[in-house]
Amino acid sequence: MYPEYMKPSLDKVAQTRAKRFELAKSGKPVFPPMSAEEREDVLQKFHPDYKPDARRKVRVGPNKGELLTAEVADLLESHSRIDPKKFDLSQPDYETDILIIGGGGGGCAAAIEAMRNGAKSIISTKLRLGDANSMMSQGGMQAADMPQDSPTRHYLDAMGGGHFDNKPELVRALTEDGPKIVKWLEELGVVWDKLPDGTMQVLHGGGTSRKRMHSCRDYTGAIIMRTLMDEVRNHPDMIEVLEFMPTVELLLDENGQCAGGILYNMETEEYFTVRAKATIIATGGFGRLHIRGFDTTNHYGATGDGLIMAYRAGANLLYMDSVQYHPTGAVYPEQIAGFLITEKIRGAGGQPVNKDGELFVFPREPRDVEAAAIIRECIGRKNGVTTQSGRVGIWLDSPLIEMLQGEGYIKKQFPAMFRQFNRYGIDITKEPMLIFPTLHYQNGGIEINDKAETSIPGLYVAGEASGGVHGRNRLMGNSVLDYNVFGRRAGFNAANYVQKVKLGKLTLEHVLKYEQELKEAGIETDRIAPVLLPLYTPEAVRKRQLTAHYEGTLR
Amino acid sequence: MKQDIGQRDSSPQTQKKPTKKTAEPDTEFVTVYIMGKAYKVPAGSTIMGAIEYAGYQIKRGAGCREGFCGACATVYRLPGDFKIYTGLACTTLVQDGMWLAQLPAIPPKKAIYDLEKLKPTVETFQLLYPEIFRCVACATCTKACPQDLEVMDYIQAAKRGDIEMVMDLSFDCLCCGLCAIRCPAEIVQFNVGLLARRLYGRYLNKKSQHLEERIKEIEEHKYDAEYEKLMKMSREELKKLYYERDME
Ligand SMILES: Cc1cc2nc3c(=O)[nH]c(=O)nc-3n(C[C@H](O)[C@H](O)[C@H](O)COP(=O)(O)OP(=O)(O)OC[C@H]3O[C@@H](n4cnc5c(N)ncnc54)[C@H](O)[C@@H]3O)c2cc1C
Ligand code: SF4
Ligand code: SF4
Ligand code: FES
Repeated sequence: MYPEYMKPSLDKVAQTRAKRFELAKSGKPVFPPMSAEEREDVLQKFHPDYKPDARRKVRVGPNKGELLTAEVADLLESHSRIDPKKFDLSQPDYETDILIIGGGGGGCAAAIEAMRNGAKSIISTKLRLGDANSMMSQGGMQAADMPQDSPTRHYLDAMGGGHFDNKPELVRALTEDGPKIVKWLEELGVVWDKLPDGTMQVLHGGGTSRKRMHSCRDYTGAIIMRTLMDEVRNHPDMIEVLEFMPTVELLLDENGQCAGGILYNMETEEYFTVRAKATIIATGGFGRLHIRGFDTTNHYGATGDGLIMAYRAGANLLYMDSVQYHPTGAVYPEQIAGFLITEKIRGAGGQPVNKDGELFVFPREPRDVEAAAIIRECIGRKNGVTTQSGRVGIWLDSPLIEMLQGEGYIKKQFPAMFRQFNRYGIDITKEPMLIFPTLHYQNGGIEINDKAETSIPGLYVAGEASGGVHGRNRLMGNSVLDYNVFGRRAGFNAANYVQKVKLGKLTLEHVLKYEQELKEAGIETDRIAPVLLPLYTPEAVRKRQLTAHYEGTLR
Repeated sequence: MKQDIGQRDSSPQTQKKPTKKTAEPDTEFVTVYIMGKAYKVPAGSTIMGAIEYAGYQIKRGAGCREGFCGACATVYRLPGDFKIYTGLACTTLVQDGMWLAQLPAIPPKKAIYDLEKLKPTVETFQLLYPEIFRCVACATCTKACPQDLEVMDYIQAAKRGDIEMVMDLSFDCLCCGLCAIRCPAEIVQFNVGLLARRLYGRYLNKKSQHLEERIKEIEEHKYDAEYEKLMKMSREELKKLYYERDME
């Protein structure tokens, strides 16, 4: 239930609803979309990436001298978890064709495709299989399969959304594979939303010029992820899954080819070596680094581990100066602060309105523009609603959806969202949601080509960990597509590569060299990475954690 | 001790995260018993927030933290009440006197199968999950479900081979396992639901004609020329095209 002090503002939203409903029904944009100049202006002034201290120069590694998101620079300028000298690499604990790092959507898609092309794999994953951002996507997946749409149109939308910084070959792969992915997933048993005659039920997303958002109610990610996981588990002879066993460093061979990794059993605190002819990084994003103190939508293990591992091994990063803040994260109630409110809510006609119930932005601008406009409304123009705990937000008017799409639509199409708020006594079919941008997606990542290859032979990257597909701003629905397209491409290309490659002696020399580089750059720090899990222990508890030395198993 | 990063305290809008900080002076507290040990935690915390507030570093028992993954199955009792309750740690709020324990994992039983060789009929369930026919219709699963799904009804539907109904009723299942751990007939409901959804998606959902046509066009290289043109365009040319494109 909303507290009393929000009532006046809620009443205003209700008062303007009829007028806004007429506007929506007219078919014209409910608010004028921004021109290129207006977009630039609001981004410059209000997007968190553009704050003066948001970026700093990284002092080591392949991107040395480049301005990166400050927290990413911190991540890169940190020590390894291991002392390479202590590892005997002559007797690997596991051997396989492909080591897949990360058991989310990208990792599972890669494993399935590799298996179908005859390669065995080990999936090293941090939490359980499928505990991943992929499990959480609600809105859907873009693919240009409708008659009024085309893959090249999808290409143009994605390029524009990414401010034309996207790598063209990657966007072509993404958009051209789209329809095939829809079919591939359906053949694996994904239940797409369809009209009774079999036509896909598609919606708009931010920045789309055609309706091409495919969904499975608002459990799209959960349905796809569980289907992929189930298929992985149907092949225990080909795919071995190691849970709570994240990879913490890559292994190279003496010829600079990627050759597997060092895994860490988070429960027994042991390390294991895996020798693999090819390696695929599918570790997802970095929301749990809480960039600029933002709440995040990401799962518990999203700490950007793939970035640092690949970077130490010599891979180049792309666009790690930009962060995606999702325009609509929950602000109230406190317990769900930062949780995602899917963009599909706006796709279905939900409107962002300020404390006076007035529209102030076209509801489907690209994400960064929409987010910046919401921050401007709250902080620049002070037209937000402030909660008792000091958060501020604007309304996302969901009851309008029921008026536009018919009664019962929300419960049927947004069961997760309905449930999320209903737990706290807020009925979103009758009342709007209070929202503010939340840390959502790692736009950039490890640079790949359209075969998902990196500059290191034998190292592939797929999904959110990769960079270049989305330029500096991803559109909704393109990352579910991304991890499927490039997960499959990575699995396929790696499976072919392992047929030919010969590995030499394994080494962790690159880790030692990186430590040396840190030293030479004069970087003194006690940070270590990969981070693995965020630290949520309160200060008061940490003050009492006074063990002088860590020894044995009692930490 | 080396310190991990991934912890920032500055906030975009003076936000307070109850799980990350000491609570405000006027915060109300409740007592919860985490696996029997008493801790004072802010009222209104989720169970997950409370566990972290108490000082635990969760390894098992948290995944998405938003009610999608089912990693955080929790059982609890309340004072003066004989019942065992079930819930998700990430979305269930603490209550004063709550005694709780997270389930680190639930022993699964998953049939191994080749979807291509299955038929969308009741025989498939008889073959892969014969134990569903032991269901005694006690509805314990339904009561245990944190998603409020009609779990018993979908098991009954599976027994009849009504795959569409199993798909529909189990659609929002998180595979948290709370139903399975409570079931007197040892049924693994969530895997039955998952099988039914895959059968439905593969065999029963109506095929999309336009999808087949588009794939054929792509395979026949219909878009190659346009792609090549677009990929060669300068940023300015692309920009112009982009801002002039029409909207559906
Ligand atoms: C709440 C939410 C909603 C979203 N909605 C949409 C949407 O509607 N449409 C859309 O297109 N996109 C959406 N996205 C984005 C999209 O879901 C993700 O970008 C995508 O799923 C990423 O897939 P992935 O396989 O690359 O990474 P993930 O699915 O995150 O998988 C990465 C896996 O790697 C594991 N891992 C991490 N580090 C290590 C390590 N060191 N060793 C081993 N394993 C490791 C992680 O624990 C995880 O299991 C959403 C994201 C979120 C968080
Ligand atoms: S708990 Fe088991 S036996 Fe009882 S209704 Fe559910 S499936 Fe049937
Ligand atoms: S059906 Fe069972 S596994 Fe699925 S959400 Fe409900 S209790 Fe959890
Ligand atoms: S942590 Fe994923 S459902 Fe609770």
